[in-house]
This record gives sequence, C-alpha cells and structure tokens, in this order.
Amino acid sequence: MINSMMIMAAAEAEEQANPLIPNIWEIVVTSVGFLVLMFIVIKFIVPAMEKSYVERRDAIEGGLERAQAAQAEAAQLKNNYEQLLQEARTEASQIREQARIEAAQIVAEARQNASAEASRISEQASVQIAAERQQAVSALRTEVGTLATSLASKIVGEALNDDARSQRVVDRFLADLEQEQASTTSAGATE
Amino acid sequence: MLPLVLSYLPAQGGYVPPTIDDAHPPDIIPWMAEYGTGFGKQMVMIVLSIILIWAFFGIAMRKPSLVPGRVQWVAESGYAFVRNGIGRDIIGEKNFRQWVPLLFATFFFVLLNNLFGAIPVLQLPSFSHSGAAYALAIIMYIIWIGVGLRHHGIKYFKLAVVPKGVPGWILPLLVPLEIISNFIVRPLTHSLRLMATMLAGHMIIMLAGSGADYLITQTDSIFNAGLGIMVIIGSVALYFLELLIMVLQAFVFTLLTSLYIQGAIAAND
Repeated sequence: MINSMMIMAAAEAEEQANPLIPNIWEIVVTSVGFLVLMFIVIKFIVPAMEKSYVERRDAIEGGLERAQAAQAEAAQLKNNYEQLLQEARTEASQIREQARIEAAQIVAEARQNASAEASRISEQASVQIAAERQQAVSALRTEVGTLATSLASKIVGEALNDDARSQRVVDRFLADLEQEQASTTSAGATE
Repeated sequence: MLPLVLSYLPAQGGYVPPTIDDAHPPDIIPWMAEYGTGFGKQMVMIVLSIILIWAFFGIAMRKPSLVPGRVQWVAESGYAFVRNGIGRDIIGEKNFRQWVPLLFATFFFVLLNNLFGAIPVLQLPSFSHSGAAYALAIIMYIIWIGVGLRHHGIKYFKLAVVPKGVPGWILPLLVPLEIISNFIVRPLTHSLRLMATMLAGHMIIMLAGSGADYLITQTDSIFNAGLGIMVIIGSVALYFLELLIMVLQAFVFTLLTSLYIQGAIAAND
C-alpha cells in the first residue's frame, strides 16, 4: 500500500512540496496566534474558571458550616428552652409552697385576731358590768342614806316611848326597803 | 484495496491522485495567490480557532452560576480535564498551578485546529502544515529549557544529559545520546508527531474523496462506481478514526508538554 503511494509520489517528485519544509509565515502566524491565545487564557479564561471553582467550593463548604452553625444554634435554643422550663417548674412549685405557707399564716392570723377580738369584747363586757354595778352600788348607797334619814326623822317625829309604834315604823321601813330593792334589781336585770 | 485500484487506474484513464500540494490551498489575501506568498487558509484557521476558544469560554463563563448550566458545565469540565487530568497529575500538586494556562491554551488550540480538519469547508487541520507544528514545538522547547534553567541554573544542562546511578565508563556513550535525544530529537518528534498524523489523516480523506469521485463520475464501468460507493462507506469509518486521532494527538501534544516541563522542574531527582 505504502509502496504504490510512494511510486506515485516519486513520479511527481520534482514539482511536489516537501511537507517538512515550513512556510515561514505560518510559523509566525501560529506563534503570534498562540501567544495571543495565551494572553486571553491568562487574562480572562483561567481567572474566571478558578473564581468559579473557588466560589463553588466556598458555597459548598460555607453551606456545610452554616448548617452546622444552625444546628448548634438549635441545640443551644433547645437547651435554653429546657432550662427555662425547668426554672418555671421550680418557680411554680416554689410559688405553690409559698401560697400554702401564706394561707396557713393567714388562717393563724385570723384565728388570733378572732380570739383577740373575743377576749376584748368579753373584757369590755366585764368592765361595763363592773361599772354598772359600781353605779348601782353608789345609787343604792345614796338611796339607803336618804331612806335612813327619812326613817330616822319618821322615828323621831313619832312618840319615842311608844314601843309598839316604833316597832311598826321599823317594819314598814324594812318592807319599803325590800320593795324598793326588788324593783331596782328587776330594773337592772331588764337593762 | 484502494491503492490497488488506484494503481491500475492511470493505465485506463486520467486519475491523478492528490498530492501534498493539494494540502496547500492557494492563499486568501491576496485572493488565490500562490501558496506561501500571502495570508493563507491555514492562518485564517489559526485566527478562527483563537476567536472560537475565546468566544466559547467567554460566553460559558460570562455569568458563572454555582449550579452550572449545560454550556458552563462543558467548559468547566474541559478546563478541569486539562487542569487536573494533565496538569496536576503530571506536574504535581506543588508546581502545577502556574502551568495550567499554558496547558489549557495548548490543548484547546491544538484540539480545535485539528478538528477543523473534520469540518466540511474548513477541512484542513492547521497542524498538517509543518510550520504550525514547528512553531508550537519551538515555544514549548524554549519554555521547558527556561523552566530547567530557572529551577537549577546552568547546572540544568548537566542534570539533563548526565543520568544518575550509571557507571562512569558508560557516560561517554550515554551523554551524547542524551543530548541528541533530549535537545535535538525531542522537539522534532514533538512537532512531527502532530504534523504527520494530521497530514496523513488529511491525505487519506482527500484520497478517499477524490478516488471515489473519479470512480463514480469519471469511469463508465458499473463495477468502478460500486467500488467508489464502497470507498465512500469506508471513508466514513476513516473519518471517525480521524476524529479519534485528532483528539488523541491534541491530548498527546499537551501531555508531552507537561511531561517536559515536569522533567525540567524535577531534573535533580
């Protein structure tokens, strides 16, 4: 196959170009073209590619970091919430305890107050009774004096030697006195 | 089978197989001027490739989003292939970053110019012209020698040609071989590998096209027309083989560039 090709090629050898001998202008154009391409690649393409690569890596890594941060934050929040709940529970039980104590205190106080009031009232009553008794005694005393005086004048006014009469006067006086006292006592009782 | 047919044909009629000259179309500025005197088709395609690379990656990355669209995804995948698949894997994690632009530009420049050979109308791989291949190989040659000098100073030339761990008596034999292989043959193979594969592919497609054309339209025999159709069918397979070679050669050229740079950086290991 190669032989037949070469025979044909050899037949026209004189007029054929040698493919190994370059066209100088093609060397120039290719070299300059490649340098221009290098410039474009260095200036525009590679930076854009690397930037995109770095951005993507950052986005992925950043995303993972953000997710971790969010998770940590959620855990923190949960922790806080549980702590708050615990505190609230403790506080509630404290409040309940406090209320119970306060209630007991209030009952005790009320009881004390009631008994104090009762004793006060009874004391007042006894004081009043004593005062009224005093009043009655003094009133009685005055009356007894007056009665004694009037009795004496009555005795003196009658004939002193008549024993029977004097005896009657005394009896009448005493009956009067008793009657008087009975009416005074009944008046005090109704009061 | 094809050459067999073709070798018989000149006896019957006037089939003239395509030659190297047919891979050198007339220049465009001035219009239809003789090849090599003005601004040619190959040069237009070099410029076109630069514009296309710029446009594609520029548009793909104009509004980069975190979740890439289809175009951005393709652009980023291409970039990542060169950056990680060639740059990082060959040159190493420590030094590869500064070489990513060079490798990226090289890969897509060669790839696009090769693929032009498979696109109708354009249909000329820029690197089938030796000038383009030489130009790129010379640039890489200067770069990797420069890298060696920057990393190791003038001692680099000694490091590059005197292998370590070799008995002293063999050095007089080995050193000239190393000089020839590293500093003379290497840039030649680097450029000619690309040029030859592209030229060969181009010639095969031209040959298949013109052969089929001749067999079908220029001969009266039904048998020959049938052969022509078979050639066309065969050339479809060749076309896909060519596509594979075009991509492969772009990869190989870039891979070798990164290997040379890595060798220059690590010359003292």
